[in-house]
Amino acid sequence: MNAIIALSLFGITNLFLGFLNNRKILLPATLLFVLIAFGLNLADWNHEYYWFHNMLKTNNLSINFTSIILVATALVVAISRGFGNDEEHTHPAEYYGILLFSVVGAIMMVTFQSLFMLFVGIEILSVAMYVLTGSDKRNLRSNEAALKYFLMGSFATGIMLFGIALVYGATGSFDINGIGNMVNQAKLQDIMLNPYGPILYGGIILIFVGLLFKISAAPFHFWTPDVYDGAPSIFTAFMSTVVKTAGVAATYRLLSISFPAVYGLWGNPLVYITCLTLFIGNITAVYQQSFKRMLAYSSISHAGYLLITVLAKTPTTNSSILFYSLAYSIATISAFAVLMVVSEAQSKSGKPDETFTALNGLAKNNPFLAFVLTVSMLSLAGIPLTAGFFGKFFIFADAFSNVSSLFKTIAVVAILMSTVGIYYYFKPIIAAYLKKGDLEKIELSPIYKLTLIITTALTILLGIAPDLVKNIF
Amino acid sequence: MLTLTLILLPIIAGLLTLSTKGENAKVIALVAALVELALGAYTFFAFVPDATSQFGVSYNWIASAGIKFSVGIDGISLILVSLTTLVVPFIILSTFQNNYEKASTFYSLILFMQAGLVGVFTAKDAFLFYFFFEAALIPIYFIAAIWGGENRVKVTFKFFVYTIFGSLFMLLALVYLYIKTPTHSSEITALYETARLLDASQQGFIFWAFFIAFAIKMPLFPFHTWQPDTYVEAPTAGTMLLSGIMLKMGTYGLIRLLLPIAPLGVKAWGTVAVVLAIIGIVYGSIIAIQQRDMKRLIAYSSFAHVGLMAAGIFSGNLDGIQGSLIQMLAHGINVVGLFFVVEIIQQRTKSRELSSLGGITQTTPQLTIFFIIIMLGSVALPLTNGFVGEFLLLKGVFEYNAWMGAVAGLTIILGAVYMLRLVQKSMFGTTTSLTEGFEDLGLTERATLLPIAVLVIVLGIAPNIILKASEPAVSQLLSIINK
Repeated sequence: MNAIIALSLFGITNLFLGFLNNRKILLPATLLFVLIAFGLNLADWNHEYYWFHNMLKTNNLSINFTSIILVATALVVAISRGFGNDEEHTHPAEYYGILLFSVVGAIMMVTFQSLFMLFVGIEILSVAMYVLTGSDKRNLRSNEAALKYFLMGSFATGIMLFGIALVYGATGSFDINGIGNMVNQAKLQDIMLNPYGPILYGGIILIFVGLLFKISAAPFHFWTPDVYDGAPSIFTAFMSTVVKTAGVAATYRLLSISFPAVYGLWGNPLVYITCLTLFIGNITAVYQQSFKRMLAYSSISHAGYLLITVLAKTPTTNSSILFYSLAYSIATISAFAVLMVVSEAQSKSGKPDETFTALNGLAKNNPFLAFVLTVSMLSLAGIPLTAGFFGKFFIFADAFSNVSSLFKTIAVVAILMSTVGIYYYFKPIIAAYLKKGDLEKIELSPIYKLTLIITTALTILLGIAPDLVKNIF
Repeated sequence: MLTLTLILLPIIAGLLTLSTKGENAKVIALVAALVELALGAYTFFAFVPDATSQFGVSYNWIASAGIKFSVGIDGISLILVSLTTLVVPFIILSTFQNNYEKASTFYSLILFMQAGLVGVFTAKDAFLFYFFFEAALIPIYFIAAIWGGENRVKVTFKFFVYTIFGSLFMLLALVYLYIKTPTHSSEITALYETARLLDASQQGFIFWAFFIAFAIKMPLFPFHTWQPDTYVEAPTAGTMLLSGIMLKMGTYGLIRLLLPIAPLGVKAWGTVAVVLAIIGIVYGSIIAIQQRDMKRLIAYSSFAHVGLMAAGIFSGNLDGIQGSLIQMLAHGINVVGLFFVVEIIQQRTKSRELSSLGGITQTTPQLTIFFIIIMLGSVALPLTNGFVGEFLLLKGVFEYNAWMGAVAGLTIILGAVYMLRLVQKSMFGTTTSLTEGFEDLGLTERATLLPIAVLVIVLGIAPNIILKASEPAVSQLLSIINK
């Protein structure tokens, strides 16, 4: 858990590094900080510790989630390019600092033992993200996105806090194991007959709303497209990977530890939410003209796939979520990295062009970028020999491991929606290879190129040999 | 080990081709395909005709999930591996007159495709089968989408999404079965055994999941709407790959997976499948008769032929399956020949419209002879390769249900109508402005058509070479189905 402390200190360090008037040092320093945190995180491997008076608990599952979060953060930092060259209006030291603070929140979300810590984690993560979303302060859409995100986000966390209070009222505990024990002792029917039953039920549902808002599951997804679209691309990449992973991990941790005994209470609503999320995310993505907006909807749909395995609650759910999150994160970061450089190269009157047409003819002068884009899209679409395929494969296997025949229906919905996914994920590939365009060769910095090579190689490697990480999870 | 070599050789050759520039690409690709052909021939003759799987290797691939990289060749695989190794050199040779842009990519994609196809036909692990099934799709998508006709982007995209849609259902069924296996194994034989534990409704689910996947691939009525457009828009080499080999992935899948895994499903729903297949035969033939575009006509004829193969397979008897196997081989050879003739005509006249052609025979004795031989094979005249397959298939369908056999038998008449019409309108009659001074075959064209014509006749006279090789494996399969 030293990673949390270290990252907080590093974040402050970053703020002070801003005084050095040397922007070049910020990126490598931040990268180093994240790597140190990664090492500290791994140091707890195979030990179960309680921290801060049972507020946090680390185990291998939480360490794995933390690792994925830190890997995604490192990749995002590596493609941040010092947040542009606009000397006047950008404050890279602050951005890197806030980014690290929000990672602290994300790590707390995956290691919480007390519901307090879940709330604090979400708030730390969210407040940092509200700021970063609005960091492009000359851009109206960025401002709008920040305000929207802030209003809706704080509303959602408020609802969640109310839910936590209700659960505390019903069970008398903030500790997730304590709540689990209380819930376990009483059978489902008893809970409903018990005067505290409705309170518990209401509490669970309200906590749900807060968490599902964070992972942008339908019908709590309305903020996602606008916020993802308005935020600077680099922070959108961060949001759709780190925030999503942390949100799903938190949801899973809470449901699997505290409320497995009352599966009936949250299972049924979650079935509808999952199918709705898959449906809305995929179908709406089809109609997007903007690549960035399409990625926003695709991130909604991936929340749906992840929820399937949360629902199935088989012994392999842990590793399925981990694998899927990793596969999804690296592919998404690849996609955003390509989007960022291409949209800037194609910018019209100072505004980056983020539509699919910006990618037209990419393969002609930028075969490397086109290839990176293709691999990431194939992985997101779940085509074999990419990591995304195995992500989906493990999820379907989980769904069928559950004896309930309901999962056959969910799996069929998921398959149909995957087909829809192939349709929109191929739009960028078609634009890059089959449409004509006159994009000049884009120069990439070495670290940028290296990051893209790493994400692409990882995507293919995990698609050929998923056991490399699956055995760890 | 031999099987692994058959898969790896095209991949390595493909990478080699990719790294070359200009004219060398086609030569390297051709040499590689010929070496592969030699290996394929060696495999064919070294194969001991019994029911075992031979030349195989098996490695642990994804140990945690029980997935193995396990390949081998049995009698059924042998026919399709032979087809693949046999046809690809002709496909490459048929492109020698063209100068494609980015030729190295083009030829490497053909070779990658070949590797994928051999992989599909030899996989002994269900997920490996699925991998190759999808992997073979990517090269053909790009071949059709980059080098195709005007409408290529739209048409090939439809094809791609459509086929992936189908194969995702297959994946669903495979995962479902795999979870039900006691040891979490995905070996195809393990799935056979697991399927015995399932009741009729579960098998019905699996039946439909597989059926959608393979019916789209072949394609069967009413899943065929992608096919004519894609065949027409793809470059001829791509069309040959699609119709000559790729559609056999569907029929092979029916034999390898659907029949033995879901026998109860076949019992319940097989009649529906046969009826759909027979509708396809008649419907495809009637549309073929009306076509004016040569390529489109052959596309519909291919649709009709594959309907008969599917009907034979679903009839579930020895003759039906044996007939479909030899027909897959024969159809693969014939359709490549036919598309090549169309390509020759199109290159010289810049037209595929039957109304603007005619009188070509007057200057082209060689082309005429070859075209007619291949056409007769396609019509299934006795002593040509098409006859044996069609005869066995119809016999199989008759055994299944005499009425259905009678309707399926229409293919003999209708097939003759559209094929003869094709030859007559394009080759005979008076010369038009486009066909004046039509040159006869060049060297590479002769080198392509002559072996194809010889094969049409040889396989027609001595079909037993093929039938003997596959019979034990088919019998064993039937015993699994009827257990």
